[in-house]
Amino acid sequence: MSRMSIKREWVHGWLLLLPAMVFLFAFTHIPAVTTLINSFFSTPRGRRSAEFIGLENYQEMLTDDVFWKVLWNNLWYAIGTIPLSIALAIAMALWVNDKLAGRSFVRMAYFTPTVLPLIAVANIWMFFYTPSFGLFDQITGFLFGWPASNYLGNPETALNAIIVVTVWKEAGFFMIFYLAALQAIPVSLKEAAQIEGAGRWTVFWRITFPLLMPTTLFVGVNAVINSFRLVDHIFILTDGGPDNASALLLFYIYEVAFRFWETAYAATLTVALLVLLSLLAIGQFFFFDRKVHYK
Amino acid sequence: MTSLSLKNVSKSYGAVEVLRDIDLEIEEGELIVFVGPSGCGKSTLLRMIAGLETITSGDLEIDGAVVNDYPPAQRGIAMVFQSYALYPHMTVYDNMAFALKLAGKPKDEIERAVRDAAATLQLDHLLDRLPKALSGGQRQRVAIGRAIVRDPKVFLFDEPLSNLDAALRVATRIEIAQLKESMPGSTMIYVTHDQVEAMTLASRIVVLHGGNVEQFGPPLELYERPANTFVAQFIGSPAMNLIDATVASAGQVTTVTMADGGHADAPIGSSESDIGSAIKLGVRPEDLSVTDSDDYLVKATVEIVEALGETTVVYFKSQNGRDPMIAKLPGIHKIERGSELRLIASPEKLHLFDESGRSFLYR
Ligand SMILES: Nc1ncnc2c1ncn2[C@@H]1O[C@H](COP(=O)(O)OP(=O)(O)OP(=O)(O)O)[C@@H](O)[C@H]1O
Ligand SMILES: [Mg+2]
Repeated sequence: MSRMSIKREWVHGWLLLLPAMVFLFAFTHIPAVTTLINSFFSTPRGRRSAEFIGLENYQEMLTDDVFWKVLWNNLWYAIGTIPLSIALAIAMALWVNDKLAGRSFVRMAYFTPTVLPLIAVANIWMFFYTPSFGLFDQITGFLFGWPASNYLGNPETALNAIIVVTVWKEAGFFMIFYLAALQAIPVSLKEAAQIEGAGRWTVFWRITFPLLMPTTLFVGVNAVINSFRLVDHIFILTDGGPDNASALLLFYIYEVAFRFWETAYAATLTVALLVLLSLLAIGQFFFFDRKVHYK
Repeated sequence: MTSLSLKNVSKSYGAVEVLRDIDLEIEEGELIVFVGPSGCGKSTLLRMIAGLETITSGDLEIDGAVVNDYPPAQRGIAMVFQSYALYPHMTVYDNMAFALKLAGKPKDEIERAVRDAAATLQLDHLLDRLPKALSGGQRQRVAIGRAIVRDPKVFLFDEPLSNLDAALRVATRIEIAQLKESMPGSTMIYVTHDQVEAMTLASRIVVLHGGNVEQFGPPLELYERPANTFVAQFIGSPAMNLIDATVASAGQVTTVTMADGGHADAPIGSSESDIGSAIKLGVRPEDLSVTDSDDYLVKATVEIVEALGETTVVYFKSQNGRDPMIAKLPGIHKIERGSELRLIASPEKLHLFDESGRSFLYR
């Protein structure tokens, strides 16, 4: 091959890559790098332009009580939503994978929360949680005679109330992945185990669950990312309150950036979030790698 | 001693009856082969014995106890699946030890059982591998090993060789035969639609067709004395020729005549009432030979000649739209296409079937 044609191919290749690269750089890489740079500068105010201040923003972050509070909240939120939504997703998938009458209806019913926008979901749950008139108060009041309670307005329960909404929203989505994975497991494996003396429970723990591991890894990584990413419903339900009881990291970043206009500090928090997410994702892959069997 | 018996066993899926009144008595130590065309219910029957399908009606007894309602694990059976069904996330060792672990056997006993089975099947060096790192034949052996360690009363095999290539099939078939020999007390039921497997492995063969047992007997009995035209044509390859004939005289020896002037005296009993009835004369391709005399069985026009060296297979033109006749002549013959040949067969190789397809021998 001549020099000329090698060069032609090279140009061709880059031209083909160009459109995607332009968008990727414009909307992902450049903002990310800018964010990192901004986190080392002060927030420009009025005529005072941004100054390089080194790690000052990071020092501020470490001493910021609200930052630690929302981080802690986020941890609880993750612990509260991830295992529960995964367990529910598996249970629902097992259930709709069985032969049962009207199973496509049940599948659809379980999947519905997923197709609803989170804001719409939040509005539905707003009604469920409304003190006195809401669905929950109506039910608990009717059945047990409990007094009206303000689940969203109480610092003790606000975060848990949000966790419930998130689990409700996410479990149906994860179910779809588990359903697909379950259908890929040959029935003969279950039959072989049955013949060898395994009951339903043993079949699940010793055969089905280990074979679902690749799906669990995938869903787990997604769930972790979602637990830091999905905050839309907080705006509707609690607006982070009361007293930051239900604020999560990303919600706090939004507040700092677009309510307090401390853009540099928001950039710092964003960098912290990115580092945290990368560490979690990497850690998860290494942790699961030894336990996951790809066929 | 009877090891397994089916009494009037039937199976329906909704309104569709796939097996009808199956009666089988299987002795301890037998290797029974279920054969039949695709969709005849072989797998269904095997899975009913295993307990993976419910029995719609009738009784299944294993070692004298009716086990219709026993879960699979309590029937004392082990099954080898066509797809092997090895647990992909467990090593070969764990695959083979799974049942014993579930049964709560002590560790050293499990270890011994697995190592013994592995030695028999030459799997020693593979015990730490995952199934995905095994060849098809090795997977098959692990599946068999998994059955052996449990020391079951009855082994069930569902087309265990159908995923292997031709050479490996033969090798594994021989291994299974040797395995059976080393375990004379165990009963095996083996499903296949390969009649070579059936003929070579079986102590007795069950021929299934359309949900019925067409015949149940030793391989050579099925070959030499087929009960009906279905078995006659299913066992043996190429299939038995069936020729339209008319009964000319009855008695200890039945004389039949063919439309083209051929005739035969078959040493098969018939009664006066048969005289004049239209029947089928059966003769296997390998039992036919060419003759010059006027005393022939049939004559037919050669259409295709396949010279294979050890044999010459001659395909004749089909007459009045029937299946073309085939003759399998030993050795090399010079036969012209389009020539007319006269064929004969020795009388004891002839079979007679009435209009309903039933053999005269079983009336
Ligand atoms: N779950 C089911 N519902 C309805 N009909 C079924 C079901 N399973 C099997 N059948 C029918 O039962 C008949 C017997 O099936 P079976 O699998 O036993 O055939 P087979 O003899 O093993 O065939 P093959 O040689 O192709 O494996 C078939 O006609 C099949 O369509
Ligand atoms: Mg089958």
